[in-house]
Amino acid sequence: MLSKKNKEAFFNPLSKDNPVLVQILGICSALAVTASLEPAIVMGISVIAVLAFSNVIISFLRKTVPTNIRIIVQLVVVAALVIIVQQILIAYNYDVSKKLSVFIGLIITNCILMGRLEAFAMHNSPWPSFLDGIGNGLGYTIVLLIVAFFRELLGSGTLFGYHVIPQWCYEHGYMDNGLMILPPMALITVGCIIWVHRSRNKELQEN
Amino acid sequence: MNKNSNTYQILYAAVMVLLVGTVLAFIYMALKPKQNENIANDTRKQILSALHIGADDDAKIKETYEKYIIQDLLVDLEGNIVDSAQNVAFDVPMKKNVKLPKEERLLPVMKCKLDDGSIKYVLPVYGAGLWGPIWGYIAVNADGNSIYGANFSHEGETPGLGARITEQAFQDLFVDKHLFVEGEFKSVAVLKKGQKTTNGAEQIDALTGATITSRGVSDMMADCLAPYEAFLKKLGGDGGAQCTADAVESETNDNQPE
Repeated sequence: MLSKKNKEAFFNPLSKDNPVLVQILGICSALAVTASLEPAIVMGISVIAVLAFSNVIISFLRKTVPTNIRIIVQLVVVAALVIIVQQILIAYNYDVSKKLSVFIGLIITNCILMGRLEAFAMHNSPWPSFLDGIGNGLGYTIVLLIVAFFRELLGSGTLFGYHVIPQWCYEHGYMDNGLMILPPMALITVGCIIWVHRSRNKELQEN
Repeated sequence: MNKNSNTYQILYAAVMVLLVGTVLAFIYMALKPKQNENIANDTRKQILSALHIGADDDAKIKETYEKYIIQDLLVDLEGNIVDSAQNVAFDVPMKKNVKLPKEERLLPVMKCKLDDGSIKYVLPVYGAGLWGPIWGYIAVNADGNSIYGANFSHEGETPGLGARITEQAFQDLFVDKHLFVEGEFKSVAVLKKGQKTTNGAEQIDALTGATITSRGVSDMMADCLAPYEAFLKKLGGDGGAQCTADAVESETNDNQPE
């Protein structure tokens, strides 16, 4: 069940081969949905679900898929799963689905998805593909959460919508930094995370 | 069978699309009632927000809504009430409605009674932004002239630019503006700083970087509120011929502390 290879498929994307920090994929949505923690979590869970299931489905189909139309087949599978996620969100978490608006739909174009399908699921059996999907989804979600944590804390003084910065700080002149809410700061935060990540993983540093 | 033959590829694609289509159709049908309820509750939330009533508890929105909205009305161009059945105004499909010529439109009005006993009228508006539809709810004071509150929503305006019409700061600019100027209906214009209206309507500042969305709000207000002219006049919106000192005074008394 958890051979060395499977473990690698699951754990590598968390840090050493992180889709956002190392492969620099899926940056667009990482900027857009990280102004606060709640949409970031929902987005993360959605990506994990879509990635894991599309990996499994494509892995099951991999021997029957005609090579010429494999990208189309992958797209149809991903698109179907994304629509399902979107419909479920509208039915059970309408407010968050409104906040995420187009970004759930844009999971289809998230490079992480197509990247994993082409690079992994087309050549591996369902179980490792499932682990690979969960691993990459988690790797993406972790980065999203770190970014959202700092942006929400410094930008709105809240975490999950609850005020955490005490009132006396405001009374002594502390102010929320509105710039943190804007997209550029997401990019800078991601940059800082990549910096810290590389300084701790020497093998990732390029000359 | 040869995996790369044309027949195989076409068959493969056809079967896949059929299967996926069936699954999606089934899921859509299964979730539809729940989704419709959410959308209706969201609309109620927007209407309450135009009345400065916050409704955080999702479970109670319907209850709160029914407490404050005391009557649904449909009026005609002459300002007569043609229908007042339950939810008759709430159920008007605004998207189709605004496409009709003014004479054929249904004109929904939601009559509300606030905690302090004051009466407000909520008028729905619907128009076009830059990328898609925008809509909103305008709460008018019982004098039929000054605006008590406004709420705007959009489908896909640019975040940080056009999407800012949903921000409280923008919506609050409409508060206390007058739809009638010297007894004539003018609506409220949304214009860039420095620009002046040609017809003398009261104006508020447009959003920076969102020229088309701002113009959309302005046009939507003018287009959707104009048919209510007679109805608002009946409430005394034109100031009953004399709209000077008394009217202004009574309006200031109407202002609710927020």
